[in-house]
Amino acid sequence: MKMPMSWLNDYMNIDITPEKYSSAMTMSGSKVEGIERTGEDIQNVVVGKILTVEKHPNADRLQVCQVDVGDEVLQIVTGATNIKVGDYVPIAKHEAKLPGDITIKKGKLRGVESNGMMCSIEELGLSREDYPNAPEHGIFVLDKEYPLGKDIREVLGLNENIIEFEITSNRPDCLSIIGLARETAVTFDKEFKIPEVYVQETEEEASKYASVEVMDADLCPRFAARVVKNVRIQPSPKWMRDRLKACGIRPINNIVDITNYVMLEYGQPMHAYDLKLLKGNKIIVRRAEDGEVIRTLDEQERKLDSSMLVIADAEEPVGVAGVMGGANSEIRPDTTIILFESANFLGSSVRMTAKKLGMRTEASSRFEKGLDVNNVVPALNRACQLVVELGAGEVLKGIIDVNNSNPVPVRIPLRPEKINSFLGTRISAQYMVEILTKLGFEVDMENMMVTVPSFRPDVEAEADLAEEIARIYGYDKIESTLLSGNTTLGGKNYKQKLEDRIKSCLIAQGLSEITTYSFTSPRVFDSIRITQDSELRKVVTISNPLGEENSIMRTTTLPSMLEVMSRNYNHRVEQVRLFELGNIYIPKALPVQELPEEKIIVTLGMYGDCDFYDLKGTVEELLYVLGIHQYEIVPEKDNPSFHPGRTAKVLKGKVELGVLGEVHPDVLDNYDIGVRAYAAMLDFNLLMENANVEVQYTPLPKYPAVTRDIAMLVRDDVLAKQIEDAIKKYSGKLLEDCKLFDVYKGKQIPEGMKSVAYSITFRSSDKTLTDEDVQKVFNKIVDGLRNDLGAQLR
Amino acid sequence: MREQLRTIQENAEQELAIVSSMQELENVRIKYLGKKGQLTQVLRGMGSLSPEERPAIGQLANEIRSYIERKLEDTKKMLIQKEKMQRLQQESIDVTMPGKRRSMGKKHPLSIVLDEIKDIFIGMGFQIAEGPEVELDYYNFEALNIPKNHPARDEQDTFYINENIVLRTQTSPVQIRTMEKHKPPIRIISPGRVYRSDAVDATHSPIFHQIEGLVVDKGVTMGNLKGTLEVFAKRLYGEQTKVRFRPHHFPFTEPSAEMDVSCFVCGGDGCRVCKGEGWIEILGAGMVHPKVLRICGIDPEEYSGFAFGMGLERIVMKRFGIDDLRLFFENDVRFLKQF
Repeated sequence: MKMPMSWLNDYMNIDITPEKYSSAMTMSGSKVEGIERTGEDIQNVVVGKILTVEKHPNADRLQVCQVDVGDEVLQIVTGATNIKVGDYVPIAKHEAKLPGDITIKKGKLRGVESNGMMCSIEELGLSREDYPNAPEHGIFVLDKEYPLGKDIREVLGLNENIIEFEITSNRPDCLSIIGLARETAVTFDKEFKIPEVYVQETEEEASKYASVEVMDADLCPRFAARVVKNVRIQPSPKWMRDRLKACGIRPINNIVDITNYVMLEYGQPMHAYDLKLLKGNKIIVRRAEDGEVIRTLDEQERKLDSSMLVIADAEEPVGVAGVMGGANSEIRPDTTIILFESANFLGSSVRMTAKKLGMRTEASSRFEKGLDVNNVVPALNRACQLVVELGAGEVLKGIIDVNNSNPVPVRIPLRPEKINSFLGTRISAQYMVEILTKLGFEVDMENMMVTVPSFRPDVEAEADLAEEIARIYGYDKIESTLLSGNTTLGGKNYKQKLEDRIKSCLIAQGLSEITTYSFTSPRVFDSIRITQDSELRKVVTISNPLGEENSIMRTTTLPSMLEVMSRNYNHRVEQVRLFELGNIYIPKALPVQELPEEKIIVTLGMYGDCDFYDLKGTVEELLYVLGIHQYEIVPEKDNPSFHPGRTAKVLKGKVELGVLGEVHPDVLDNYDIGVRAYAAMLDFNLLMENANVEVQYTPLPKYPAVTRDIAMLVRDDVLAKQIEDAIKKYSGKLLEDCKLFDVYKGKQIPEGMKSVAYSITFRSSDKTLTDEDVQKVFNKIVDGLRNDLGAQLR
Repeated sequence: MREQLRTIQENAEQELAIVSSMQELENVRIKYLGKKGQLTQVLRGMGSLSPEERPAIGQLANEIRSYIERKLEDTKKMLIQKEKMQRLQQESIDVTMPGKRRSMGKKHPLSIVLDEIKDIFIGMGFQIAEGPEVELDYYNFEALNIPKNHPARDEQDTFYINENIVLRTQTSPVQIRTMEKHKPPIRIISPGRVYRSDAVDATHSPIFHQIEGLVVDKGVTMGNLKGTLEVFAKRLYGEQTKVRFRPHHFPFTEPSAEMDVSCFVCGGDGCRVCKGEGWIEILGAGMVHPKVLRICGIDPEEYSGFAFGMGLERIVMKRFGIDDLRLFFENDVRFLKQF
């Protein structure tokens, strides 16, 4: 809401800089968003008087003038022809600024010095409408004598300070100058009075010319109308147009301007109909019929439905209630008789209608917040008062007022002690009463009962009174205190700590954390080669997405990771190591009836200078850090998103904790990733179930270890895991560790075979192992490997 | 004989002075002190001396022997030192060549600041509460005093799954769930993702993060709200930080406020970061609306509380001077590595 500061002077005397005004208003609850000054873009332009006009020595069309600007006489070259000696004109001096970011500098025109510029009305960014005396062409010759050197902005009345407020949705009363004036008065402790409204009526009864019928009173608690005859449509006066423009509203003609002016002043949207165009001279307020059509003032066809309220004449809609009037009953230059509407519509209905029609207007944005039923008639009268004042027509006798409202004033007990203990203040009861009274509340001192004014529907209970008192008293005066009373045990729970542990483990291993969108496109399933019947395709769908690409809640995190890797690859980042702890959303049933399951997935992604084993090592280290030990990593050939020969799953017993592998080349193609890339996905909940981060100290070994190396030939398809399992199986308790240190194929190795070498460490906890001890176990292992896997010792 | 001994000593000394390797050193040792060495030879000839002369010459010979031995030892040490020096010199490398770095990964900038904020509140006895992102309309709106058709619903353009299920537009539903489940005293913060149907640009994202907080207990005052959030601001932005509370409106708090902090770049003088205002708005807060308490089964006559909420992205952007919110979700490694 924009408010020219000068408008406040209609209600009170306020003389304060816009900055001080703004900061005080902000602190009392009417937040100022900005201060705008009219004429801000005009600088160093002053009144000058033309002393001489001579022909330019070198140019026929130019003239050389001497201009008195008060403190000096400037020589100015001009091409204008409408000037003469003795004229008062706006002079842009050297370094002057004009609208459109133009700077005027002195220079030479065809060899003659020119130290400034005479301005036309357009060059000052003004329109002839506002300055009807300005000549049609050429320099803006001023209508009379002004002090020489005076700032042109003062001469032209361009010195308004416009305050822009951010009005919260609970305060529609402040979407009006009167509302803001009331707040101003309380903030600055001023007297505030709404000027009395008097309507000079003719003898003729309005009801002879028009009637109003409200069929759907649930959506229209009150509808008031007045009739104006002998209307003369013309532009409204400059002061009114200036105020409208300052508030961001385009002036149209006197009648329309009056409706807008009153809306700004009173916060009550109004409308004027050309009564001649209302068929049956009748207003019917009713729900629209489904499919009914109206052409609104903005020349758009609007299709209506039965949830919307319309203002209709005997035949068809002439306006969408509270939103916009119809083109069919619009005020025209030849309009002679009008009907003014001032009504109260149900906020939620206006809101829905405006939303459905996609047209939020000044009117609808006020109505939807719920307006004061008691403001309807005063606003109507104010409009008619202006009609008379402006000589725009004759107001007929009487108000056609269909009032189905029955507002019951809200009464709230005032308990100063309770309010003080709620705020943590010691404000006197007397001061509380004073604040409330100034804000328009009535306080019955005897019973300590507050009656809320009808323009403040937001105030319903004690806490609301507390806010009114606190904001005027000043939030800054409330003493800051620390919490006392019951202490609480703060901290993170096990799950949160485990998340931290995972993150720090992965970060320490060189992976950086990413954050990706949790919704995605249904197309991603094709991109990662998910089969048509996959469970992953059962998704939670957003009914009103921003676009298809963000229309489903993800059931897998792989696409998000691939997108990030793709983006980096295309930005020529050579190496990435990434992880995310992000949610997937699994519907319990389709269509979605209850909330989906939200599961955290730990996703890893990497490419550049790495292979499967880098990824696997990272996963193993993570499992180790989580205290997950007895798990298996086994080949996974059937995951369609991954390379069938370079993918594994992590099993803990029968439970699959996750998958890791090289991304399938087709998937890489789909994501435009030109190198091998690796990804892993682990289920956080399962990690948490299996994690054991409680540490118990194990005594350091007392006896030395013995290490033996073993090299063997096995078939190509024998897995390292099988060999290790066999070593474990046959070495019993003495095995401490076995490490693969060499795999070799090629010369000296028969086709289809490979040479594998392990280093095996034995240790006993109760003695130093002898050669015989070790040899015995070693032989068992060798036999076992031979029998189980056909291994030949080398 | 005396003469002979003196000559041996002088010769040995001279030769040792020019020794340059261990081998040469050994040669010198053998030449003088070896079994057939010159000094040994002289000592063998002691028998031909008169008994009077013998002790004096013997003593001299021994002195010279130990003198040479000492010299040999010194020279050896010197040689070892010299060889070590040589080796070290040969081993010298170009220390300006690049190091082999094992880079740690980086926390996402949103996590960095979120962790700081969590720590601050944990230090004040807060717990961290979590709740679903796909949420019932009831928890996201109705229980927060935002009934259907409330204008506030327009301000937060909502993604709907169906009529009753939405993507939460705020983390406040976690507060409701917490109050339903736990009796006061309650002190929680609830950080998390929220969703609003805003088109993506430099300052808008349909997904962003909020941190909300809630305190409910007997006798909680608006002064407590101010005090708690003041401590938070000073911890996050430094002790010199000033705060200011302005009246505002939220449907679920009454009275409501917005908190500004003095600009941490210019200290309040006005600069580009604070748009010349000297203040930066960082959070909204207020006393929990009695209606909300009642909905959650908490008697507002007995208990009171305050709540607050802030947008994480905004705070992180101001903190690191990031001017485009999209960077957070693009995850360009060149961006991530900066933090």
